[in-house]
Amino acid sequence: MNDPVDVLIIGAGASGAAVAWSLADTRMHILCLEQGDWMNPATYPSTGRDWEARAFGDYSPSPNIRARPEDYPINDDNSPIKVVNFNGVGGGTVMYTAHFPRLHPSDFRVKSLDGVAEDWPVDYDTLVPFFEENDRMMGVSGLAGDPGVPPRNPPMPPLPLGRSGAMLAKAMNRLGWHWWPSDTTVATVDYEGRARCINLGHCTPACAQGAKASTDITYWPAARRAGVELRTHCRVREITTNAHGMAAGVVYYDADGREQFQAAEVVVLACNGVGTPRLLLNSASGHFPNGLANSSGLVGKNLMFHPYAQVYGYVAEETDSNRAPPTCLWSKEFYETDRSRGFVRGYTFQFGRGVGPVAEAVASEAKGLLPWGAGHHAAFRRLNGHRLGLSAICEDLPEEHNRVTLDPVMKDSHGIPAPRIDYRIGENTARMMEHGIAHAKKILAAAEATDICVNSPILYGGWHLLGTARMGADPARSVVNEWGRSHDVKNLFIVDGSLFVTSGGVNPTSTIQALALYIADQMKQRLANLFD
Amino acid sequence: MSAYSPLTPAQRDDLRAIAGAIIPASMEFDVPGADDPAIQADIVATLGRDTGLVREALDGLARLAGSPLAGLDPARREAVALELRAKGGAAVATLTRVVLQCYYRDDRVVRSLGLEPRPPYPKGHVLEDGDWSLLDPVRARPPMWRRA
Repeated sequence: MNDPVDVLIIGAGASGAAVAWSLADTRMHILCLEQGDWMNPATYPSTGRDWEARAFGDYSPSPNIRARPEDYPINDDNSPIKVVNFNGVGGGTVMYTAHFPRLHPSDFRVKSLDGVAEDWPVDYDTLVPFFEENDRMMGVSGLAGDPGVPPRNPPMPPLPLGRSGAMLAKAMNRLGWHWWPSDTTVATVDYEGRARCINLGHCTPACAQGAKASTDITYWPAARRAGVELRTHCRVREITTNAHGMAAGVVYYDADGREQFQAAEVVVLACNGVGTPRLLLNSASGHFPNGLANSSGLVGKNLMFHPYAQVYGYVAEETDSNRAPPTCLWSKEFYETDRSRGFVRGYTFQFGRGVGPVAEAVASEAKGLLPWGAGHHAAFRRLNGHRLGLSAICEDLPEEHNRVTLDPVMKDSHGIPAPRIDYRIGENTARMMEHGIAHAKKILAAAEATDICVNSPILYGGWHLLGTARMGADPARSVVNEWGRSHDVKNLFIVDGSLFVTSGGVNPTSTIQALALYIADQMKQRLANLFD
Repeated sequence: MSAYSPLTPAQRDDLRAIAGAIIPASMEFDVPGADDPAIQADIVATLGRDTGLVREALDGLARLAGSPLAGLDPARREAVALELRAKGGAAVATLTRVVLQCYYRDDRVVRSLGLEPRPPYPKGHVLEDGDWSLLDPVRARPPMWRRA
């Protein structure tokens, strides 16, 4: 029998770690259950000669391909974009590009400004102190003074421009378009016990140097020193409720596969936009027949991905290729609404530096640029180390038919129903992607790139899992209130990407963590009447 | 007793032949083909989770060729290889990928590309800083983000 805890957090990723750290100063008994394990940087792909090949196996971004014991399967057959994630302490931050923009102020007011979707119940200014706190905790590198975004002061200098960045910058200047070195969570100087970046280049499938911030090496050490307990290999099956309709605790399977019950005064969900609705729907009961916290019927609905339109080409000069972090520059030229473009809202251009030889060979062979036979070697030498590319991260608007439900057949290794994804790209987003492709081609033309290739959408590009338990003041139109508490279950909170009312057009981790810190702060301010 | 192989002798022969058709040796670039014994040994030893799809692709190859690929005359071998590539699908893509990923990590091949045959960690790489004066025209722009 486990002793009851005050706060039980489910998921040790970006948001779970942040909320655990923030709540630790209350001195409450805080427990986090994580289905994966602690990561071991000595085994990360960049430590071995098979570093590129492992991206197709045990370090694939897709849980269906990776298929580690801690992963759960996802039926995403009915989606042109496949879900990618990572399960372990650190969650998706173990396996992200470390591109770290914030949502813009306008992203929180889409209905008021552009007449689409709904406004958020919080605004940018409210979140600024939490963005700043998160920047310090994660360790953000960047450059102040960007006219494309509100003022901010990253604690570390930006990543170098490098050859690729300089080529792209010159192209953008020729066009007169905005660009700026990206904010990233790659440490450019030694920072809070983390060693600086030494350009392993293979950042996305985990950083062996520890220069890329993942919450297993940022928030979690601080949270554990402050007394938070973290149990790994614990997969939660359901949240149980008592006769008063309050969360009583969770049923989970421990490392030995034994069913356990953990009682808690407060339950915090931090499983992101697929895991959180999956767990709520799996927690249906007589009291909550349509799933927990689902009186609105919106749990699992309004899934948003950020469809990526990727465009790349090849230049005569050598690029940085895989010998530097892939994060490079961003452009906000097409971020804010301009109705003359034929769509509302907008996108960020995220520029890359290139890829390694295996990735180049596999992609170019598939695109038909790399022949079999006699011409292979000459063609490969023209392509390898010469790639220059960028992606439009397009805002996805909430549409209820895009959703997470429970698959009637597929189950995980513990017999828990798996999530099913039904998703299609909306018309506004599709027009935005076409615009992004056309303008990316202009940029590559200005860089004198040839052999232009397009991946739109990126098939395994469902990194950003948003909107499936959104926040709002109206219980009929949202799952949680303005500060993350379930409308239906007064001791149940959600702190992850599910909260997003709209997606913005940026990588969301910075905003997810700022929201988690904001909700933790709201909880601390209301401890005396948290359930009123 | 020979070591366990995930492929039959006939499949290994066809794998070697098709790998050589995908990436032949080149005197011009001083590189082996993907049918090189060391590269073949790496492919077979690391098939792992790809074994099933690679077997499927090799079975399809055997059907197309009608006899061992290595035994065909060069023109017929090339025609079969092109037919296999045109056929496409997950199995052929996996076969091609395992050939490419082992070929482009072979020391001789990596050196021929002007790269060091080593993992990224712990040495890393040097990234030049770049010319930050390129930012000057961007710095001069007024704020672009909407106040809300």
